[in-house]
Amino acid sequence: MLTLKNSLTHLGRYVQLMGRVVAQPDRMRMFYKQYVTEMFQLGYNSIGIVLIISFFIGAVICLQIKLNIQSPWMPRMVTGYTTREIMLLEFSSSIMCLILAGKVGSNIASELGTMRITQQIDALDIMGVNSANYLILPKIMGLMTIMPILVTFSVAAGILGAYATSFMGTTTVSELTEGFRYQFNQWFFWCGIIKAVVYAFIITSVSAYKGYTVEGGSVEVGKASTDAVVTSSILVLFADIFLTQLLT
Amino acid sequence: MIQLKHLYKSFGDKEVLKDINAMFDNGKVNLIIGQSGSGKTVLMKNVVGLLTPTSGSIFYDERDFCSLTKKERILLRREMGMIFQNAALFDSMTVLENVMFPLNMFSDSPYEDRVKRARFCLSRVNLDDADNKFPGEISGGMQKRVAIARAIALQPKYLFCDEPNSGLDPKTSIVIDELIHGITHEDNITTIVNTHDMNSVMGIGENITFICEGRAEWQGSNVEIMDADNKKLEDFIFASDILRQVKIAHDQEKKQKQ
Ligand SMILES: Nc1ncnc2c1ncn2[C@@H]1O[C@H](COP(=O)(O)OP(=O)(O)OP(=O)(O)O)[C@@H](O)[C@H]1O
Ligand SMILES: [Mg+2]
Repeated sequence: MLTLKNSLTHLGRYVQLMGRVVAQPDRMRMFYKQYVTEMFQLGYNSIGIVLIISFFIGAVICLQIKLNIQSPWMPRMVTGYTTREIMLLEFSSSIMCLILAGKVGSNIASELGTMRITQQIDALDIMGVNSANYLILPKIMGLMTIMPILVTFSVAAGILGAYATSFMGTTTVSELTEGFRYQFNQWFFWCGIIKAVVYAFIITSVSAYKGYTVEGGSVEVGKASTDAVVTSSILVLFADIFLTQLLT
Repeated sequence: MIQLKHLYKSFGDKEVLKDINAMFDNGKVNLIIGQSGSGKTVLMKNVVGLLTPTSGSIFYDERDFCSLTKKERILLRREMGMIFQNAALFDSMTVLENVMFPLNMFSDSPYEDRVKRARFCLSRVNLDDADNKFPGEISGGMQKRVAIARAIALQPKYLFCDEPNSGLDPKTSIVIDELIHGITHEDNITTIVNTHDMNSVMGIGENITFICEGRAEWQGSNVEIMDADNKKLEDFIFASDILRQVKIAHDQEKKQKQ
């Protein structure tokens, strides 16, 4: 009962905060500047980790599929086909975003939490700046803009990873290529993009809420940053089920 | 001019401010003094709107702050500058960017003019060579001065300082006090300063409000404070031996004159 009341209170406050975030920025020039900075900080700086993880996961999926379902009466392109479907449908959007929730979520929550406890947010409010809008909107928009690019990179890196396993003599490049091309449905790619954009919103807005509403000191900032990761990960998983049902 | 009428503030069932009535005059440095924990910071946060009073009203030259609409309140806030107890500079920006921030946000003048204004404000607080340093790279006293420069960048009508010289050495404190005093008089600002520093009280206290356990106990100037007939105020002001001796000398001098 208590937890239900608690989560409803949080939901109410979250919606209220989003109401303040979604407003015309006080000064467009400042918004664009922040927007570009956030795209760089949240998105561009995540490209490395996305590429590395996707490359290895692509390779591992390829090896596992080969090991587990390849048999003499199964066409040899099945490995490539299955790898592509897993990357497109789940890994590059959902699992990738879960990993990013850890990186981006804690980053946002601790940044905003520190600004809160050192009164930098109060200072913005006193100046008559809509601090929620100035600080949070560029983060949300920034990650939502860059996320489709990250997903595309992830798919590409995963496929490269799968090709890399062909040097270990398991499947040949041509078999893989055949599998990658087999019955390709473009809509699945767009599903991944749509999902990722929704997750980007969840991760940034939930983490921003956790950070922006910190009260207390450094311990609370640390707690907010953990909470941000946990909460946004769970919400991403819920949204995954919902969106998968809706889109496919 | 800022006027407080019957201001109350409680957190849960803890009453921090009790029936505060006070006047803060235009063009003067108005001090709020009181012991640590007496409610000075809470009072200032209520006045600037970071906290909402439980009851009572706050008037900014005829404008009742609590009954303003959201939009009017934001407009009023652009007439305020505030210096926080810990300076609260934006730590991701350089000193110059900090001072330019309110200008970038609210001024329509071209870039060169904004830089000029920010440099002028910085030179006013005697900080000409720190433009490109980050807040983490300068001393506490310099941070306070940057905070002052940022607060006056948009030429506010009301300036709030929460303990501008806490944690500073006596000499730097006096420099900061004189800065605040000078700016207040030159620009005809209504300045409110929270302090428990006796040097400031005697030096720049033109209108002093004494708060004790959440009540406004006494109001007057630094001249009147020597003759104030209030036990709590006397205990607070003349707590140190040196000041007690000053008081005794002052009283004797007065007796001899009579
Ligand atoms: N958010 C809050 N919740 C509950 N109590 C609070 C809160 N903020 C302040 N108080 C209480 O209000 C009282 C006054 O605190 P305040 O910070 O105004 O003191 P102060 O006069 O500014 O002291 P100092 O000179 O040390 O800064 C304290 O007893 C404090 O515990
Ligand atoms: Mg205080």
